[in-house]
Amino acid sequence: MLQTFSHIPMAWLAFAVLAAAGCAAFLAGRATAMKISASGSVMMNSQPNYHGYFAAMWTVLPAALILLAYSLFGSGLARSLLTQELPDGFAGMDGVQLSQYLDRVGEAAQLDRAVWASEPLFAAVTERFMTLQGGLKLATMLAAAVAGLAGLAFACRRLNASFRARTEVENGIEWALFACAAIAIATTAGIVLSLLFESIRFFTEIPVFDFLFGLHWNAQTEEDFGAIPLFFGTFIISLIAMCVAVPVGLYAAIYLSEYAGPKVRAWIKPMLEILAGIPTVVYGFFALLVVAPAVSAAAVWLNGLPVIPDEFFAASSTNALAAGLVMGVMIIPFVSSLSDDVINAVPQSLRDGAFAMGATRSETVKQVVMPAALPGVIAAVLLAVSRAIGETMIVVMAAGLRPQITLDPTAEITTITVQIVALLTGDSEFDSPKTLSAFALGFVLFALTLVFNLIALRVVQKYREKYD
Amino acid sequence: MADTTTSTVALEETKAIDTKVDCRNINVFYGAKQAIFDVSMAIPSRSVTAFIGPSGCGKSTFLRCINRMNDTIESARVEGEVIIDGEDVNSAAVDPVLLRSRVGMVFQKPNPFPKTIYDNIAYGPRIHGLARSRDDLDEIVQNSLMRAGLWEEVKERLAEPGTGLSGGQQQRLCIARAIAVSPEVILMDEPCSALDPIATAKIEELIDELRERFCIVIVTHSMQQAARVSQRTAFFHLGKLVEVGDTEHIFTNPTDNRTQDYITGRFG
Repeated sequence: MLQTFSHIPMAWLAFAVLAAAGCAAFLAGRATAMKISASGSVMMNSQPNYHGYFAAMWTVLPAALILLAYSLFGSGLARSLLTQELPDGFAGMDGVQLSQYLDRVGEAAQLDRAVWASEPLFAAVTERFMTLQGGLKLATMLAAAVAGLAGLAFACRRLNASFRARTEVENGIEWALFACAAIAIATTAGIVLSLLFESIRFFTEIPVFDFLFGLHWNAQTEEDFGAIPLFFGTFIISLIAMCVAVPVGLYAAIYLSEYAGPKVRAWIKPMLEILAGIPTVVYGFFALLVVAPAVSAAAVWLNGLPVIPDEFFAASSTNALAAGLVMGVMIIPFVSSLSDDVINAVPQSLRDGAFAMGATRSETVKQVVMPAALPGVIAAVLLAVSRAIGETMIVVMAAGLRPQITLDPTAEITTITVQIVALLTGDSEFDSPKTLSAFALGFVLFALTLVFNLIALRVVQKYREKYD
Repeated sequence: MADTTTSTVALEETKAIDTKVDCRNINVFYGAKQAIFDVSMAIPSRSVTAFIGPSGCGKSTFLRCINRMNDTIESARVEGEVIIDGEDVNSAAVDPVLLRSRVGMVFQKPNPFPKTIYDNIAYGPRIHGLARSRDDLDEIVQNSLMRAGLWEEVKERLAEPGTGLSGGQQQRLCIARAIAVSPEVILMDEPCSALDPIATAKIEELIDELRERFCIVIVTHSMQQAARVSQRTAFFHLGKLVEVGDTEHIFTNPTDNRTQDYITGRFG
């Protein structure tokens, strides 16, 4: 009988029941409050609706917490209960085999009985697992129901004329908002920790020093894990990108905020935002199909010139310059819109002051507006740098896969992000140094962007001119 | 109407006084809305002229006509002539950038540049090439600060940012900055409205000293201030110049009823 419960789609059912229970509790709480207010001449502290919300809160939350706990730990609990029941050395399996066996049991439990009925032992274990799981589910549902009813009873007993339901509901809302913030932080922390642990596993096999300072990268054959060529590639491509994005983006922002009239501005700003909305994969194939061949052709032409030695430029079909240029274009709107905000925040009174001194517009921008906006502009540039370092799609498509240290912008080059993609796509075991090195690279990437973002934040906080 | 008569009065007076700035039939529009209606006025040199009137009466707008600061407002359009030393500042031949080095301005809120105290003062002389050497510049900076009565307070910290000074000091810094380029006219747009009474008193004292060398026009909300610092007063109402004359005359024996009502506090 319990086995049938194991098939109940818990999440949807729970959601529907909780919603219904919440509504019912709201109505009950509100009705109670209305009765109190109708019966006596006393002023109610809170409106009946707040009493309703309070009752609903106390009904839904305890039950929801129990159900949440089940959805997080339920299947693991059922499995460990089953493991305890099985004798040691069950069917002559060691730990790993048993774990795989239980994985199969778990999968089979989701399926139709006919699939596994042919293996009597496996069928018996699976049925036992379903019984345990069903029992656990039933227990959870009962517990949730009891908790909900108890919560409702508790809430209803507290309702009276002087009860501060508004304050209680306000507290509840505060906690809910806090929970949302906590989820964001917890997720980030979880990702960072998993990166950290996998990186540590990697570094138990490959020394940190070899990884950070080694000059050769050959992870596919698991021979060399020296990441310097990747750092170098990331650096070169980001540098090219910033050489495009910073001047163009900054001057565009200056034009928009200081020179452009309202009509021009109304056109150009949305255009720049369209640029920001283009998916990076589109930039990627633009880089691969248009820019990279053009760079390569130009390099071939330059090689043909008499003053330049033969084969001076690598003229590779995927190259650093193409990826860097296109990435730069992608980052332009990022730099320009952040800088535009910062420049606009410079008070008009400073511009008036400079104009009244007889400064021209460019003198005003250069000597008064930009010094005032500089911290914000620096922060914008640093954020753009961290964006460039983390950018993946364009470099995957247009930069190439060959890890090498070269200053030739027409050569094939590779970056941290490209290598992570290359290492994790395709079939591979999850605990080989090859895949683990991706986590180490990810960790370095994370650390780099974190540092840039922190510096940007500090710069903004420390050097911000305070205008009222 | 009273307006036309005052205009004629003002024009007649022009001959009697040593005119520095002569404004003739000024109209200012913000988009379709007219802010100044046919104002004519002569502003004498080496004296302080105060513009008074209720908020939104156009006194600041009119002030900004004199150094063409209204050019920086997209929707503003100015008609009429502002003649300084025989030349109409609105004519195409006049470069507004050069005009503003002759007509300095001090704003309502102190607006020191995000630079050192020294560089704040040196800014104007630098962009207009007024100093031939470093020593020249030092001298200009010192003189300007002295004339603004700020030298003693800041001489030890010229390399510190101007934004670090107190509000009153910042405003005197702005005045020093304006006089550093040796303008002929200084416009002040409610220069004391963001300051406490002590700082205000200092600025007023300063204005009185500066009167010997410059033609000063000050917009103020405080009638006491107008009475204290100015020799001539112009009363604006709803974009029109109601009355202009000697300060003593305006405050003791105004010709127009609206002036009478305003200075006695019946409106505004």
